[in-house]
Amino acid sequence: MKDAFGAPQSLLVLGGGSEIGLATARRLIARRTRRVHLAGRPSPALDAAAAELTALGAEVHVSAFDALEPGTHEEVLGKIFAEGDIDMVLLAFGVLGDQARDEQEPTAAVRVVTTNYTGAVSASLVCGAALQRQGHGSLVVLSSVAGERARRENFIYGSSKAGLDAFTQGLGDALHPCGVHVMAVRPGFVRTRMTGHLPAAPFATTPEVVAAAIEAGLRRRAEVIWVPGRLRPVMAALRHLPRPLFRRVTAAR
Amino acid sequence: MPVPLAPAITSVTGWGRTAPTAARLLRPGTYEEAVAAVRAADNRGAIARGLGRAYGDAAQNAGGVVLDMTALDRIHEIDVVNGVVTCDAGVSLHRLMEVLLPLGWFVPVTPGTRYVTVGGAIGADIHGKNHHVSGSFSRHVRAFELLTGDGETRLVTPETEPDLFWATAGGMGLTGVLLAATIQLMPVETSLMTVDTERATDLDDLMARLTATDHRYRYSVAWIDLLARGARTGRAVLTRGDHAPLDALPRRARNAPLAFRPRRLPAAPRPAPDGLLGRTTVGLFNEFWYRRAPREQRGRLQKLATFFHPLDGLPDWNLVYGRAGFVQYQFVVGHGQEDALRSVVRRLSTRGCPSFLAVLKRFGAGDPGWLSFPMAGWTLALDIPAALPGLGALLDELDEEVAGAGGRVYLAKDSRLRPDMLGRMYPRLDDFRSLRARYDPRGAITSDLARRLAL
Ligand SMILES: NC(=O)c1ccc[n+]([C@@H]2O[C@H](COP(=O)([O-])OP(=O)(O)OC[C@H]3O[C@@H](n4cnc5c(N)ncnc54)[C@H](OP(=O)(O)O)[C@@H]3O)[C@@H](O)[C@H]2O)c1
Repeated sequence: MKDAFGAPQSLLVLGGGSEIGLATARRLIARRTRRVHLAGRPSPALDAAAAELTALGAEVHVSAFDALEPGTHEEVLGKIFAEGDIDMVLLAFGVLGDQARDEQEPTAAVRVVTTNYTGAVSASLVCGAALQRQGHGSLVVLSSVAGERARRENFIYGSSKAGLDAFTQGLGDALHPCGVHVMAVRPGFVRTRMTGHLPAAPFATTPEVVAAAIEAGLRRRAEVIWVPGRLRPVMAALRHLPRPLFRRVTAAR
Repeated sequence: MPVPLAPAITSVTGWGRTAPTAARLLRPGTYEEAVAAVRAADNRGAIARGLGRAYGDAAQNAGGVVLDMTALDRIHEIDVVNGVVTCDAGVSLHRLMEVLLPLGWFVPVTPGTRYVTVGGAIGADIHGKNHHVSGSFSRHVRAFELLTGDGETRLVTPETEPDLFWATAGGMGLTGVLLAATIQLMPVETSLMTVDTERATDLDDLMARLTATDHRYRYSVAWIDLLARGARTGRAVLTRGDHAPLDALPRRARNAPLAFRPRRLPAAPRPAPDGLLGRTTVGLFNEFWYRRAPREQRGRLQKLATFFHPLDGLPDWNLVYGRAGFVQYQFVVGHGQEDALRSVVRRLSTRGCPSFLAVLKRFGAGDPGWLSFPMAGWTLALDIPAALPGLGALLDELDEEVAGAGGRVYLAKDSRLRPDMLGRMYPRLDDFRSLRARYDPRGAITSDLARRLAL
């Protein structure tokens, strides 16, 4: 069960090798988290994540999970929930894609949006139903500011996050009466391997800062958070810029 | 037997309004309906709930059933000669006072609110300002009817089934659903209190006064200003008293010496804005409270509700802490562990926790309940807004200090304790666990508190 400050005792990370997911798990283990399930595509990175969290004192379980195989989600995730209540699910998988290539190769673009949107819809629905049966828990979804207004340089990724963000808000309303808390996290540019090849954008931040914001959001039972928080007014302004101006501003980099 | 009540899914919290979870809320109107509900409970189980005054998650049960016991509110029998009442567990202490005071009897123990049920009073084994004289509530319970998780209803007394009795006293509802109880009352001549008030300039002055003269009073409590620092750390207002005898009343009041008509204000409409209770507002309030109190005053007549239940006049006062709710931290450390108390008070006041008057009390001997909270020594209770950054970690540190001094925190107030601390604080925890397994092999009785702390 979560405590009065929203700190979970058990955690499921979908996309278990995610750097943001790992930073969040570390932070929550320092508070109340004892049991962690890492669900992801088997890889050395996933095993390393499990080893690291075990060393921090958590009881860690690893499950094979692929966002691109929605047909398996019910079974894979069902097994995890059968082992005991999950106080918090962190949906952390996602791919950035390569905008230039993806525009040329529609099947590659489809992989990006299928992972980020379709796969997330499927996994969220499965977890949402399980949390509803428990009558408690938080589903925390890593959306992105990229979904708030599509940009020339990453609109395939951005549109998938826009869809995910809208879905997350609706799911939050659906699950609210069932005791389940849903929180969309909208980070700006976070320095992880996903963005390692890119020049840092304004307001660039770190996985640790995102993790701290998630912990604070759990305490307030927030439904949407921006990281860093300053992005909220910035994005509010950007959203209302006239198109020609917006094009010029975003092309400037 | 079918449960004839439509189970509505409802979001439930404790009085502190933190960590809401959803449950099917049933309101049994008869014992049979309660029995049917417990027998029908699935693997998410059921827990009894009274008036929701436990601060944390004791009367919540995510995904399962919460039995609202307040419809079981009949008073079965009053022995006016010997002062013994038998009533349903859903009867509130408020109701008992309304009925019993005119007959010259008073509840043996009352907490800071009258709005708790008899079932809740036994489940939390509540204490009051008279703990140093009378012990906790369950000491005055002669018998109760308990619906255990195996679906059986048992009549339990301290003589016939001491284990089940003393596991249930303070057992947070986890040994079963209390259906009815028989309670020994205390005679009173009037519904007024004679009250002595004095100020203590700091914590040591306060402890010295309580140690020296508490035995002269039936009721005693001190309000501490935790925001006062430096030499004034722990400054406090003591109020102590007893039921006024008839001849202490002015002539006019002697016509209706047992009148009891407490007033209530209308309920607050909605939670206050977050951050209303910052250090400045709370600090000013505490300052005002301290200065307003007489330096020393003897024998003042006060209404019973004013003396015992000052906050009951403000229904839903818990809404003032805003959306994130609040945490009450209450701990006890034994005599000889005054340094731990000093250290905790110093840390809280250095940290500047915006806490309204905290309550300090000197407990009498500990009670026999396996998970009963009191022990001979010092107990401090304070409210803190849950939104205060870093509060979780701070309270964890205080737990260490308290457990290190052989003390414990009060489960009826708890919403955040670390599970591994529990065994250190409650040495009979393992006995409690195995007794539960014996009477409830299916695990039909459980709560969010039980899940969080692996009780
Ligand atoms: N970094 C940023 O700037 C930023 C900004 C805003 C939002 N976000 C979002 O935050 C989340 C975490 O990102 P991150 O920065 O921590 O990046 P990351 O370390 O690359 O994490 C992404 C994770 O998703 C997993 N994944 C990818 N495809 C998958 C699939 N089909 N099935 C299962 N798992 C899959 C990856 O595992 P594999 O090893 O199997 O590939 C990887 O562990 C993502 O949703 C991302 O969109 C990131």
